[in-house]
Amino acid sequence: MTKENSPEFPDRTGQSLTGAQIIWESLVREGVEVVFGYPGGAIMPAYDAMIEYPIHHVLVRHEQGASHMADGYARATGRVGVCIATSGPGATNLVTGIATAMMDSIPMVAITGQVPSTAIGTDAFQETDITGVVLPITKHTYLVTRPEDIAPTIREAFYVASSGRPGPVLVDITKDAQQSSCVFEWDDSPIELPGYRPEYTALEEELRKAVELIQNAERPIIFAGHGIIKANATGALLEFVQRTDIPVACTLLGLGGFPATHERNLGMMGMHGETWVNRAIQDSDLIIALGMRFDDRVTGNVKTYAPNAKKIHIELDPAEINKNVKVDVAIVGDVREVLTELNRHVGRCERPEWIAKIDAIKGDSAVRDIKNMPDMGKLYAAHVIHDLYRFTNGEAVIVTDVGQHQMWEAQYYKHDHPRRLITSGGLGTMGFALPAAIGAKFGVKDAAEVWVIAGDGGFQMTAAELSTLKQEGLKVNIAIINNGYLGMVRQWQQFFYGGRYVATPIISPDFVMLAQAHGLTGIRVTRRDEVEAAVKQARETPGTVLVEFQVEQMDAVYPMVPAGADLHDMIERPHNPIYETGADAE
Amino acid sequence: MAEMSLRTFVVYVEDKPGVLNRVASLFRRRNFNIHSLNVGTTHEPGVSRMTIVVEADADKARRIEANLYKLVNCLYVDDITDVDSVNRVLALIKVGVSAADRAEVLQILDVFRARALDVSPTSLIVEVSGSQGKIDGLVTTLRPYGILEMVQTGTLSMTRGNAARDAGPPTIKAQPTRAA
Repeated sequence: MTKENSPEFPDRTGQSLTGAQIIWESLVREGVEVVFGYPGGAIMPAYDAMIEYPIHHVLVRHEQGASHMADGYARATGRVGVCIATSGPGATNLVTGIATAMMDSIPMVAITGQVPSTAIGTDAFQETDITGVVLPITKHTYLVTRPEDIAPTIREAFYVASSGRPGPVLVDITKDAQQSSCVFEWDDSPIELPGYRPEYTALEEELRKAVELIQNAERPIIFAGHGIIKANATGALLEFVQRTDIPVACTLLGLGGFPATHERNLGMMGMHGETWVNRAIQDSDLIIALGMRFDDRVTGNVKTYAPNAKKIHIELDPAEINKNVKVDVAIVGDVREVLTELNRHVGRCERPEWIAKIDAIKGDSAVRDIKNMPDMGKLYAAHVIHDLYRFTNGEAVIVTDVGQHQMWEAQYYKHDHPRRLITSGGLGTMGFALPAAIGAKFGVKDAAEVWVIAGDGGFQMTAAELSTLKQEGLKVNIAIINNGYLGMVRQWQQFFYGGRYVATPIISPDFVMLAQAHGLTGIRVTRRDEVEAAVKQARETPGTVLVEFQVEQMDAVYPMVPAGADLHDMIERPHNPIYETGADAE
Repeated sequence: MAEMSLRTFVVYVEDKPGVLNRVASLFRRRNFNIHSLNVGTTHEPGVSRMTIVVEADADKARRIEANLYKLVNCLYVDDITDVDSVNRVLALIKVGVSAADRAEVLQILDVFRARALDVSPTSLIVEVSGSQGKIDGLVTTLRPYGILEMVQTGTLSMTRGNAARDAGPPTIKAQPTRAA
């Protein structure tokens, strides 16, 4: 990852530099091209030194935006995202973004300024024990109080963040460490940490057992999780499926890890997975789980989960084995390596009966799919997302927020490539989309168009980053799915809380005017026949375009497995959602 | 849920600031209940050794081990619950004893192989080591005389014999590669 030093970036190893300079020397050597941050007292020396270095700084409007941007950048590129903030409130504002990255195993390095080492523990102005605060939501943390420790620590931080199961690492650097000087040295040798075990190699015996189970299975199913994308295992998985003819179900974060339009891709599993996916899981006799962790949103009631299935768990993190679901064979290792190994040993096979059975389970579900329904002059979120999929040729990087629109995106925007869906899965962080999309855009640059899909609630949480977007002159299109409610919570209230809509009706600013107030283009869409023109205009306009889609207020995401219910116990899509979910239902 | 019992882990960690906090935080976060935790330096520079006693079944114990290994500063973990081991608790107990009762108390200490470390006209400090059961037994026996204060360590454990345990020596150089 070390960047070759360009002529305008002279090699300063062996020279006396300030800690502040060493921070940037180190980041440049780690290949960092952009950092997302916000200045303040304890990090000012670092900001002052930044000007000498070829790293672009993005000034955010709230540090939460900085951590989400670093996260979005990391998800879009697979590289380490970097955010930077001052001590105290600057650091604590990063917390939600750090927790988001931790839950979804995102490589991130957060650098925070800290009060001078002599003031630590005195409740100094803007002092917060940030390494203590983020201890349970980071992969590792460091507190640096001497300039000579900065370079080795940043190097180690990048290594820990990106190796093994990735995660966020926070480096807290005191102001005096930034201000004082030492001779700058950069050690390029491989990092050795005595207690750190990022890599595991699969055991022969476990591989043999897995091959045997796969050969003997009649109704096997593959689970493709986030690990497929992280390990760049899409190719190996394609080959595995080609050989074994086993259908694939994806987790939310696994979407794109296996092409959505592949004939063996069943779609997303779990709480809002399609009926046939969940039924196939319950009916299967073998689950091959790849780089996923049997989250409760995936399993429903674990006691009745896939009762007839043997389970093979292929996963990099040994702590995930037998955590939620007991498995029969556990292979701890890199998913791509394990799949490559399995591909050498599993025989070719076809499974027409099992595939036909799943097709039969599908039954009329596909027809009842809302995207196939007439719109009756109304606007449904599922239609909007399906149209977005069509009019962007399925090639956009979609960054979602959290809630109903996120599930509709997962159902109706078919991702054929990895890293094209960026979404907060584990933590479910509302307000994630806009800042994460800004980060993602810095990652993909002109190689792909980036769309935000957000609800009216989540968008308002971090809407101030519109100003960041404008200041950076970025082109990120924004689709706000506005239903006037905190829709997912409203849906739960409808299903499980007797329709008492407490604290879910929400008003929004005039989003078109909000866009205009930021010097951006705003469009409002209220009917389906306007969607295509709006998407087209958004794509053709040079700057960012915000499109507000005013959709049906009472629409719900189907199917739905209630939290903790049996996976086969779904609230299915009504036969005519148009009537049953619209105002006409009353 | 399988049967819960007390399980004993020997954990080697790097002797760095905040490591105890990381271990304790992990147990709290994962809802693993610490029964006792003891930490101190070892003969190896830079290496601290913990004995952690936890209430867990075998499956939970495996996850505790896997999670401990996720800590960057954690060098080596050994679940010695089912291994023949020496387990010791050290306790200091200050008993209110006048000259009249002293001989009687000293006889009790003899039975428990405990000893008096400090004698004053009105009290004495008892040092005792052994299993938690033995400590509790002595406390019960001394209680009628009036226990003024007491302090005890957590369990300190060491496996018997000199067979190398699992993945190798617990030095800072050790880098056990293990697959679950």
